[in-house]
Amino acid sequence: MASLIEIEQIGKVYQSRGRESIRALDGIDLAIEANEFVTIVGPSGCGKSTLLKMIGGLLAPSSGTIRLDGREVRAPSRDVGIVFQSAVLMCWRTVLDNVLLAVEILGLDRQTYRARARELLALVGLAGFEQRLPRELSGGMQQRAAICRALVYNPRVLLMDEPFGALDALTREELALELLRIWDEDKKTVLFVTHSIPEAVLLADRVVVMTPRPGRVADVIRVDLPRPRTMDMEFTPEFKACSDAIRAHIYAGRDARVVPA
Amino acid sequence: MTRQLAVPQWSVPVLTMVALVVAWQAFTVVFPIPVWLLPSPVAIANVTAEWQQQLPLHIGVTLYETLAGFLLAIAVAVPLAVLIVFSSFLAQTIYPILVVLQSVPKVAIAPLLLVWIGYGELPKILVVFLVAFFPIVVSTATGLIAVEPDMLDMVRSLSASRLQTFVKLRFPAAMPHIFVGLKVAMTLAVVGAVIGEFVGSDRGLGYLILVSTAQINTPLAFSAMVLLSVMSILLFYGVEGLERLVIPWARED
Repeated sequence: MASLIEIEQIGKVYQSRGRESIRALDGIDLAIEANEFVTIVGPSGCGKSTLLKMIGGLLAPSSGTIRLDGREVRAPSRDVGIVFQSAVLMCWRTVLDNVLLAVEILGLDRQTYRARARELLALVGLAGFEQRLPRELSGGMQQRAAICRALVYNPRVLLMDEPFGALDALTREELALELLRIWDEDKKTVLFVTHSIPEAVLLADRVVVMTPRPGRVADVIRVDLPRPRTMDMEFTPEFKACSDAIRAHIYAGRDARVVPA
Repeated sequence: MTRQLAVPQWSVPVLTMVALVVAWQAFTVVFPIPVWLLPSPVAIANVTAEWQQQLPLHIGVTLYETLAGFLLAIAVAVPLAVLIVFSSFLAQTIYPILVVLQSVPKVAIAPLLLVWIGYGELPKILVVFLVAFFPIVVSTATGLIAVEPDMLDMVRSLSASRLQTFVKLRFPAAMPHIFVGLKVAMTLAVVGAVIGEFVGSDRGLGYLILVSTAQINTPLAFSAMVLLSVMSILLFYGVEGLERLVIPWARED
């Protein structure tokens, strides 16, 4: 059986006038199964966000094809929800209306989805904040609302582009565990871009490690930690083995660098 | 450490104004300054009281010209800004014309309008329109363009149409910018009405200033000036109040 997302020989070249063109991605091959949680980790500028945008249909690849459920991705699709690095909530809409924005734009019935929006908000601990404006919320709460907006129309795939990158370390851990809880209750195929190695390991079934520009897949590492995952798994040998393997790839091209254990 | 006095916030500017007026009055009493050169606040108040029958007409005319020109400017500038933002052809053709038009002093256009349209309120309304128009176009266009790229990607990921992107994202996001333009335009609009009246009119506060200075009735000119600035201030705060009403979410705190 074919995988849900099939990425074949994807390349991206940015043409800039008068200057040399930049190869951001080169020959990416990746297959992602339904309901799998995959994290993509790599140094800044390795094209991991570019890859995510192409899977979301926001950007056209220069070469290769991406198929979602057997069909080639050419434009954004209802089957995909995206969470960006910043929450990008509309400051003039209440939290609930921000979640329902997705429903409005997709032309779905507001009344039907209102209940689901409220459920999702309650699930991420935002019950009672439905009528607040985004600026009344903390950064972590805003990102929670953004996740609800991406999930409200029940897409099969959730793409997350460093969604917790702008948050403080504590909020970040909290949200990572919360995301796993949501995923457990409502299974989706998740692609999660990050540059935090512990975050990548904690969340994933498989971690895709990318090389610096041009971005290539250096390795795909399977994480066999049991679920549900907890923070203290970070000190297990399995977790350490995974992080070490990722680290080895990321620092491979650089000077021998001592990474304290 | 400085001790905070328990005074209401508005009292400081008000007391400053009162002190200025008192100082002005004292100045005119102490020094023998002829009234045609610098009338005292009391003299200005007296002439205002004498003219209380006629003043409302002049206030009303100038207010009407200002508001009509201002509303006309909004009605034309906002849709034009939308067109400029959404069509690169229009941006390349209309925008340079607007900049050229803006660089022409409105004081120079006012007499021409008199030649073309004649007397009455219309040429004044058009001067107000010309003065108020540009800041609204620029601020609206800026607001429509200045949308976070991630925000645009977000609505695009939901397959939003251009119309949906405009109605649900660009326009509301531009509102705070638009109000900046409206506030600038509002204060300019009053100036525009006065310019229009200076060039040729038979009523309005600008006309009153022109006539009273010609007759060396300086207190009356000052009275009209004070009324003009009060009008200008009230209109400005009117727009600000409207802003708070229309976009309460943009309030800074």
